[in-house]
Amino acid sequence: MLRFALRRALLALAVGLAVSAIAFLLLRVSGDLAAAIAGEDAPAAEVERIRAQFGLDRPLLVQYAEWLGRALLGDLGRSLFYPQSVSALILDRLPNTALLATLGLLLALLISIPLGVAAAIGRNTWVDRLALGLAVLGQAMPNFWFALLLIIVFGLMLQWAPISGSEGFASFILPAVALGWFSAPVLMRLTRAGMVEVLSADYIRTAHAKGLPVRTVLFKHALRNAIVPVVALASVQFGNMLSGSVVIETVFALQGIGYLAWESISRRDFPVVQGILLVVALFYVVLTMVADLLNAWLDPRIRRAA
Amino acid sequence: MSVTAPSLPAVRRRPGRWLGNPGFVVAAVVLGAILLMAVLAPLVAPFDPYEQVLDRRMLPPGFVDAERASPAHLLGTDNLGRDYLSRLIYGARISLLIGFFTMLVSGVIGTVLGVAAGYFGGRVDAVVSFLVTTRLSLPVVMVALAVVAVVGGSLQVVVLVLGLLLWDRFAVVMRSATMQLRGLDYVLAARAIGSSTPRILLTELLPNLASSLVVVASYEMAQAILLEAALSFLGLGVQPPLPSWGLMVAEAREFMLFEPWMIVLPGIAICVLVLAINLLGDGIRDATAPEGRA
Repeated sequence: MLRFALRRALLALAVGLAVSAIAFLLLRVSGDLAAAIAGEDAPAAEVERIRAQFGLDRPLLVQYAEWLGRALLGDLGRSLFYPQSVSALILDRLPNTALLATLGLLLALLISIPLGVAAAIGRNTWVDRLALGLAVLGQAMPNFWFALLLIIVFGLMLQWAPISGSEGFASFILPAVALGWFSAPVLMRLTRAGMVEVLSADYIRTAHAKGLPVRTVLFKHALRNAIVPVVALASVQFGNMLSGSVVIETVFALQGIGYLAWESISRRDFPVVQGILLVVALFYVVLTMVADLLNAWLDPRIRRAA
Repeated sequence: MSVTAPSLPAVRRRPGRWLGNPGFVVAAVVLGAILLMAVLAPLVAPFDPYEQVLDRRMLPPGFVDAERASPAHLLGTDNLGRDYLSRLIYGARISLLIGFFTMLVSGVIGTVLGVAAGYFGGRVDAVVSFLVTTRLSLPVVMVALAVVAVVGGSLQVVVLVLGLLLWDRFAVVMRSATMQLRGLDYVLAARAIGSSTPRILLTELLPNLASSLVVVASYEMAQAILLEAALSFLGLGVQPPLPSWGLMVAEAREFMLFEPWMIVLPGIAICVLVLAINLLGDGIRDATAPEGRA
């Protein structure tokens, strides 16, 4: 296990490094950053002044090394718009996104696990088809549109929940539903597939044969084994939600890092964009590593194969 | 000297499987209709999608409000007096073009990487796995938004950016499919009689990868259409006055309280197209996998 964990951590480190290089390079290669910061009609002298001021005239590798060195110490540079540093801005907004993603994931699990178990038990019955139909329909909807429908129906027509902002718990309800809705289908399918496989296993037949109550067999013997990959996928989904929240946060004007990213992209505040890209990517790297380690710890076959 | 591949298990080639799946048939018909509509847009659309008629602004469709509706505009008009149905019809062109070409770009990248990883294994496999892991760590929407903000939004930019971001699933699926095939007798036989590696890859492996390729391709095309809509909705995708469905939702947003139909209609258009593509992919998967849905 230790050997596996070490190798996995080394991979995470390498991926983290690659991601940092991409986050840095992406905004440098895709255009002239100095001109972009200066604005469309800025005179050439102004562009040159900005280029020198931000050190954009030095070799890329030097700039990257300096940026990464500072980033490792927690300094992601300064925002071009806000008075705070990028790290302070991100730390300020991160709790909102974390709360949103946590609520979204809880909702997704609350929908998908019971539905997945029901679909597996009633395989090829109407329950199964209903669950599958919901999953297929859910995945076909654009997330921003679903969010707007929630706003129209529950915010404007029924007035059950606030439709924008991040003041108070209530304003997280609709965004969490919108975010969770799109993770539910994959989690449901995986729960169903896991349960279908486990339910045909010998030890379940044995458990039934020795006369255990159906409920005990289903939940204590079957679900516990079927749920392992779901838990691992849930942590990956959590990472997806951190990055996927950019659309949902923008629709609901929820002050998280997704909204900050969109704002900063629209007003060309590139140090903030780079910082958020790096932080979100590193979160994902760590979460997938945790998921892999969790899987390997629970299932020895995985760590022997690697 | 050619070594013919042994024919696949008989179940895979039963045409009844295709027609026996109602979801597949409906999806194929719907997709065909949308495709035809997009190609023939100038003939099908009742109005010019860009023509603004200022005294005919925000007319609702007849089924929303029969009194204010105009019989000429079946699905109403937008805030600039442009015919909504015509814009929706032209919008299908944007979604289909972006979906198709993004799928093509990402499909080529992902298939090359995946087949190489699966066939050669070892170091090549390690490098490709690393690339896939790195790619998955990048938040797609944020990266796409940032690049479009710097480069500028246009159809080509959106296709290129999404194409460079969505190849991971192609690579993963092609890798495992190739791994399963590479040890089979007909591949070993081809190698034994001295076929070159490119020949084995192109004539022995690729034809047998086709069905999994089509399934991933349909899924990725749907993803690309959804992402283009989201980018355009956020103002960093296809630019106005183009009738992108995502952009239409964004433009309708300020009128959401009194004219919610303006938001609902383009969303339904996206749903129907994505649903049709996904169901088509599912149908192909079920028809080509002998065991069907697990």
